[in-house]
Amino acid sequence: MAEIQIRNVAKTFGTYQALHSIDLTIADQEFMVLLGASGCGKTTLLRIIAGLETPSVGEVWIGGRRVDHLPPRERGIAMVFQNYAVFPHLTVFENVAFGLRMAKLDDRLVRERVERTAGLMHIEALLQRYSGQLSGGQRQRVAVARALAMEPDVILMDEPLSNLDALLRLEMRAELKGVLEASNTTTIYVTHDQVEAMSLADRISVMHQGRIVQAAEPVEVYRNPAAHFVGSFIGNPPMNFITARNQGDGKWQVAGQQFTGPSVASETLEFAIRPEDLSLAETGLQANVRVVEPLGAHILVTCDVEGSLFRAVIDSNSRVKAGDVLHIAPEPDRIRWFDPETTLAVA
Amino acid sequence: MSVAESPKLPGSPRRAGNILFGATALLLCAWVLVPIYLLIVNTLSSPEAVTAFPKSFVPGWDFANLEFFAGFAGILKALKNSVLVAGVTMLLAILIGAPAGYALSRFDFPGKSAFRILILMTRAFPLPLLALPLAVMFIRTGLDDTILGLAIVHTTLALPFSVLITFSLFSGIPIELEEAAWTLGCTREQAFRKVVLPLILPGIAASAVFAFVISWNEVFAASVLTIENRTLTAFLLQSLDVSPMHLKFAGGFVLVVPALIFIFAVRKYLFAMWGIANR
Ligand SMILES: Nc1ncnc2c1ncn2[C@@H]1O[C@H](COP(=O)(O)OP(=O)(O)OP(=O)(O)O)[C@@H](O)[C@H]1O
Ligand SMILES: [Mg+2]
Repeated sequence: MAEIQIRNVAKTFGTYQALHSIDLTIADQEFMVLLGASGCGKTTLLRIIAGLETPSVGEVWIGGRRVDHLPPRERGIAMVFQNYAVFPHLTVFENVAFGLRMAKLDDRLVRERVERTAGLMHIEALLQRYSGQLSGGQRQRVAVARALAMEPDVILMDEPLSNLDALLRLEMRAELKGVLEASNTTTIYVTHDQVEAMSLADRISVMHQGRIVQAAEPVEVYRNPAAHFVGSFIGNPPMNFITARNQGDGKWQVAGQQFTGPSVASETLEFAIRPEDLSLAETGLQANVRVVEPLGAHILVTCDVEGSLFRAVIDSNSRVKAGDVLHIAPEPDRIRWFDPETTLAVA
Repeated sequence: MSVAESPKLPGSPRRAGNILFGATALLLCAWVLVPIYLLIVNTLSSPEAVTAFPKSFVPGWDFANLEFFAGFAGILKALKNSVLVAGVTMLLAILIGAPAGYALSRFDFPGKSAFRILILMTRAFPLPLLALPLAVMFIRTGLDDTILGLAIVHTTLALPFSVLITFSLFSGIPIELEEAAWTLGCTREQAFRKVVLPLILPGIAASAVFAFVISWNEVFAASVLTIENRTLTAFLLQSLDVSPMHLKFAGGFVLVVPALIFIFAVRKYLFAMWGIANR
């Protein structure tokens, strides 16, 4: 049992506030992905959970035990560092075995475990090498193997696959997911690759400037972003946004068209729609096509709707070219609304 | 890549590079080895052969000079003193220098850069200027003419090197390595012992060699601060001034060889340092 609770944790470095009151609960055996732009505080949060950084405020609980005063080794965690931290004076074998030897496992067991994890990470052939004789991607896999071999309650991974080529990454991703699902490990996994986040996560926590903006299942995060940032950060191409004017009675005017939206009093709202939820129609938002990019099965049309940039992913059968004037219609139940002041979603 | 493996293409740039590389290596070796070789040849030749002309380049296997030297009153005691002083200097320089190097690399404190400059500045202070007041002070405290007293002076000479070498060594070890060890079940002490120590050992050895050699070669303070307990350098300076040529060679030999043996003994660590620096 290793549920992780982060209660009201904040962290300041000097005068710089890296984390603002984070509250997050990660269920036992859950696979939680932390997703966010560079510098938003992902590593800092991970280090606080690991005990390598002390929170300025707040508490960390693991498995029903308050741990923020405990050293890393007493927290039942293993960590994969963003810069690998493979020990240069030890062979790959001894690196992977390091934690097991500290735990005083007997030699036969150590050998078994090291070989098994090395197999998972495809580094069997490298066991006798030193880290100076490894490529970046190989080193990264050694770091992951070293953490997995510990079979910890909680595993914290800081961009563990960032240095692998696309194919190997896909393979390792599947491998990791399989291993961690089979074990009883609670996982926190940091990445800025949203495809990776979507495919691995039970839940995604989207971080922005030291805050968690949304923590929800991948589809929920994608379909119902809790804030403007989430919509614009997740999805490639990102969500389209345009200003809507209040017509009263839950009617909103967008680029000359009327849509049904939330009944709130504010003058304007942000109207948001994902590019793949737009389609060509007789009537709809009038769009001046700027660029057309074929993507294979679809084409990506970049256009201008009343001064706002819009991207639409439409069927590649349609013959659209730059300079055309189109009408694009949003799927009504996929339209989302955001408050321009708070940037939060409005139902 | 060795010369033998490269394709035999006369005039190819690679071959030219190899020749240049070989020549440079040869020159550097000659630079160091020829004087030592001549020293050995002359030490092991009879007094007549040393002053004869043309010179012989093979040793005469005449141990008379060395035998004479070994019998020379006080020489063995001086040798022992030198080893002791150099040994104590080495220990002090590491024991004081390594923690200072660690502090400089791992902690931020006010005046850090000034401190670094100050460490170097100690080398700018001429020893002759210090020697006299030091001698007076040592006599008052009873440290004069002792191994420890001289070792302390030599430590101040060696300390800047050991601080700076260990500083750069600790800085070269990412803190994440220690942190990784903590997450893998180590206490701070264990992490230091199992991760940091093996990694800095080569550097420690290097700064130990420096400290040893600095003390071994130092003659000024040794001459001023010791009378009975002379170190080898001070002893030789005093006695060889008035000795014939062949004995000077023997003296030089006695001075060079122990230092060479010492460096040879720790060479493994010195070379290991480059291996890690390359990673
Ligand atoms: N020790 C420190 N001292 C001062 N500022 C720090 C320190 N560690 C991190 N920061 C700052 O805190 C912020 C968050 O850093 P963090 O490393 O958590 O980002 P991240 O989300 O992991 O980014 P990336 O995706 O690039 O790894 C950054 O602005 C960083 O400059
Ligand atoms: Mg990071």
